[in-house]
Amino acid sequence: MNALELTGVTLTYEGSGRGVRALDALVMSVEQGEPVSVIGPSGCGKSTMLLVSAGLLTPDEGEVLAAGRRLTGVRRETALILQDYGLLPWKTVWDNAALGLRVRGASRKEAGEVALGALERVGLLEFARAYPGELSGGMRQRLALARAVALDADLLLMDEPLSALDALTREDLQDVLLDLWRRRGHAQVLVTHSIEEAVYLGRRVLVMSPRPGRIAAVVENAEMGEAGFRSSALFHERCVWLRSLLAGEGALHPGASAGDSDVTYAESTASTGGVV
Amino acid sequence: MNGLSRRLAGYLGATAALLAGWFALSALIDSPALPSPVVALPEFVSQASALLPEAGVSLWRVVAAMAWGTALAVPLGLGLGRSARADAIFAPIVFLTYPVPKVVFLPVFLVLLGLGDAPKIALIGFIVFFQVLVTARDAAKAVPEASVLSVRSLGASRMDIARYVVVPAAMPDIFTALRIGTGTAIAVLFLAESIAGTDGLGWYIVDAWGRIDYPAMFAGIIAMALLGVVLYEALDAVEARVTRWRRLSR
Ligand SMILES: Nc1ncnc2c1ncn2[C@@H]1O[C@H](COP(=O)(O)OP(=O)(O)OP(=O)(O)O)[C@@H](O)[C@H]1O
Ligand SMILES: [Mg+2]
Repeated sequence: MNALELTGVTLTYEGSGRGVRALDALVMSVEQGEPVSVIGPSGCGKSTMLLVSAGLLTPDEGEVLAAGRRLTGVRRETALILQDYGLLPWKTVWDNAALGLRVRGASRKEAGEVALGALERVGLLEFARAYPGELSGGMRQRLALARAVALDADLLLMDEPLSALDALTREDLQDVLLDLWRRRGHAQVLVTHSIEEAVYLGRRVLVMSPRPGRIAAVVENAEMGEAGFRSSALFHERCVWLRSLLAGEGALHPGASAGDSDVTYAESTASTGGVV
Repeated sequence: MNGLSRRLAGYLGATAALLAGWFALSALIDSPALPSPVVALPEFVSQASALLPEAGVSLWRVVAAMAWGTALAVPLGLGLGRSARADAIFAPIVFLTYPVPKVVFLPVFLVLLGLGDAPKIALIGFIVFFQVLVTARDAAKAVPEASVLSVRSLGASRMDIARYVVVPAAMPDIFTALRIGTGTAIAVLFLAESIAGTDGLGWYIVDAWGRIDYPAMFAGIIAMALLGVVLYEALDAVEARVTRWRRLSR
């Protein structure tokens, strides 16, 4: 039984006037406890795929299974982290971490206790009474993680969770993510624009085609998570390979796709070469 | 406490400047209609026992009016802002009626509700209602979709979204509308009290004016100004409490 399974998922946004087909017969699956990275050109439907997987969008066609059950709405054991973290600025760090549990009917006391444990895990305990606005970008991201951890999810969906962070903080949080996954063993889908991050955190890397998105290629990356992987020759090799696959999808050539994606890939490739 | 003392110092400074300006202006104009603060202030103090009940009447009217106007406008406005269907039906009505100056209905209210508290509370509440309604609707519309989505992903119901996202997100705008609303509310209160009835600060001011008792009239004006300041400050204090996260997040 897979943690997540999408079969023939098609979704069209009824935008202003003409519809935009974001996903077209997308097929993908994530095994129990498997960390998967998803990378692809800007606008290819990655965020849409996550929203569908989280049960926030219903596909026009196709089926979404989570832990073997057909998804009809938001599922209790799935946690979603959006690009801007989705924190509530009017709630304290503690209340933010407890929010998921409160919404799911836990008592204030019980939710508070679990949230405190989650904050401790991500190293934010001493900021429990602060507000998100008083935190740095990296700390906010940790808080978003704590909220997901507090839910005790078996499926963690993340939409470019680290893209707003500087390179050092980013590496630090990549290790936090890796550590959390190692300890909790949840299935995970990480959408990212960084080649290096995809290879560092995905046991499989799914490459998506330009819109409408489907899985164009898969990079098997079984050594992910091994000690010293980031500085190994193999890691570098995988990044180069992934880069060439993305180039094949037209994600890297100037003019071939959306302009801003070129910059993103160029930057992440540069950092692959050892520039922090 | 440091903030409080700084605030007090600010008020003292502003009061001193205002008094100096008033003093100079009254000396310049030299008319009994604008008595110097040297005359008006002692008069205000000596009239205190007569002013206090009138101030109480006026305060009750404004507070009651703002309370019912807000209590009705906030849920309605937030609901309109979050429901495209309801908005499509009611927004045109709101936008057609919003620019109409509600104060012109004063005679209607007086005829229907008599000369006591009711017409004043009804009219002022009516005006506050519209100001807060439009603000709450726009604020609810402006709630970041990402916040809604992230809370929905946690399994939140519509009620949860309202409670955890929409209401707190709209709170700062609603308070701004209320603070601006106090000015309008007191202006309308003055008008209503001066036209109908035999109590309240508005009546007191116009009554003193009729008796050509300018120092007493000015004592009433000072009391009405203080009423505005007190209301404004009270709202500010509540707002600071309710939207604490905003001040810290700078
Ligand atoms: N709410 C929406 N309404 C209409 N069209 C949308 C909406 N959200 C996304 N789209 C369109 O659907 C397509 C896929 O969007 P999506 O956000 O899933 O892409 P993405 O792969 O996440 O892009 P990026 O890498 O830039 O985040 C895009 O062409 C976009 O214009
Ligand atoms: Mg996206």
